[in-house]
Amino acid sequence: MLRIDCPYCGRRAQAEFAFERALDAVLPLDATPEAAVQTLYARTNPKGWTWELWRHTAGCGAWLRLHRHSVSHEIAAVHTVADT
Amino acid sequence: MTRYSTLGLLRAGLSNHRNWPRAWRDPTPKPRYDVIVIGGGGHGLATAYNLAKQHGVRSVAVLERGWIGGGNTGRNTTIVRSNYRQPQLQRLLEYSLKLWEGMTDELNYNVMFSQRGAVFLGHSDADITQLAQRGDALRAQGIDADLMSRAEIARLIPPLDMSPDARFPVFGGLIQRRGGTARHDAVAWGYARAADALGVDIIQNCEVVGFTMKGGRVAGVETTKGAIGADRIGICVAGHSGQVAALAGLKLPIESHLLQAFVSEPVKPMIDTVIMSQSIHCYISQSDKGEVVLGGDPDGYPTYSQRGVPMRLEDVASQAIALVPALSRLRMLRSWAGTTDMSFDGSPILGETPVDGLYLNGGWCYGGFKATPGSGKLFAHHLATGEAHEIAAPFSLDRFARGATIDETGSGPRAQDR
Repeated sequence: MLRIDCPYCGRRAQAEFAFERALDAVLPLDATPEAAVQTLYARTNPKGWTWELWRHTAGCGAWLRLHRHSVSHEIAAVHTVADT
Repeated sequence: MTRYSTLGLLRAGLSNHRNWPRAWRDPTPKPRYDVIVIGGGGHGLATAYNLAKQHGVRSVAVLERGWIGGGNTGRNTTIVRSNYRQPQLQRLLEYSLKLWEGMTDELNYNVMFSQRGAVFLGHSDADITQLAQRGDALRAQGIDADLMSRAEIARLIPPLDMSPDARFPVFGGLIQRRGGTARHDAVAWGYARAADALGVDIIQNCEVVGFTMKGGRVAGVETTKGAIGADRIGICVAGHSGQVAALAGLKLPIESHLLQAFVSEPVKPMIDTVIMSQSIHCYISQSDKGEVVLGGDPDGYPTYSQRGVPMRLEDVASQAIALVPALSRLRMLRSWAGTTDMSFDGSPILGETPVDGLYLNGGWCYGGFKATPGSGKLFAHHLATGEAHEIAAPFSLDRFARGATIDETGSGPRAQDR
């Protein structure tokens, strides 16, 4: 099980979190139809390091940016979406 | 190819079964083939078999990174059925189910296809309404479906918890009597042997690391065993579709997730049908060896690790025990995880890619095993004729851009999480 360091709640079990989508699949509200198709459906699906959007659903509810490895499951960074 | 038969089995017994010939050759790759199929799983092997058998295309190579039977074909809960929701998927899976019914004879290999019935349980009035609606839709397509009362379910599956305080009360169910299970690795081995007998070269330990292009179309592959040329190339590598497509510069509406399955110690026969519940998402069946096979939700996030989280074992075990309390006495023997090609509408992708000569068979989510024979036959049709079979046509890759998705799970543009 992953253990994710929520910036607000500390280290919590994966069961409290939900994967939302890859970070590059976040659709701008003013995207053209072509850009929307590209953003939503053209996935790089990386085997290795990836940036993702997760949510602490059963905790504080925060939206989080995770830097995670899709083979080793190592998590290198957890940021809030506001924190750039 | 030596035909397998009862007499042959007896004869081989005279020499203590020491002299069986190998089931398929181990050829070195030729410089070129008419068609290359990337991926030696059930779908890839069935594609190669049908290219040779149905279309007379004998110059075919199947390139497998690992070994035959080592991938997703052997990493599922072996359930075969065609009672899906969307009409396009119903047609595809029913086409496949009819092929399952003749597979053992056709391949001369016992895939132990057992039509023991597959039952969806309903746990509320709303569930029963949904199941009745699904049953009507299936029957309108000519697919068998029977709504069952609570009393009929109790007779069919005696160990179910039917007590008044059951955690998941059973209101009734919907059965597909022609559904069932098969021995999954036998499917890979059977197709491999039958394809090999028709002249298909099955090349194991051969990973594709790049494509060669010529005049804007694909002309072959670079592999760990050297370059191999081909006119047409089919990708059948579900779990890694995105990785192989990326070698040709493509991005697909697919994410790789993971689905686990669990097997108990073997016990005497106690469940002679496939128990499924979609409102709690749990699958229970008993293998011919006596092991109880359990499945549930995918792990829900992108991973290529083939290692599941223990959290899911707890979920699945607690649901299964709530449905069939006697299972609480069993010890789990082993578990495994398969990398699933989660497409962004819950339906597979079959057909052309934007690269000329390169075709894709993937995006099966966690439901590809049941489609193996149909998928192979339809994909072979496309590779041999250059035209999509009418059953496969709705599953083209361009459906996402056209807004013509086949949204089996209603999940919208993302991988389904259950």
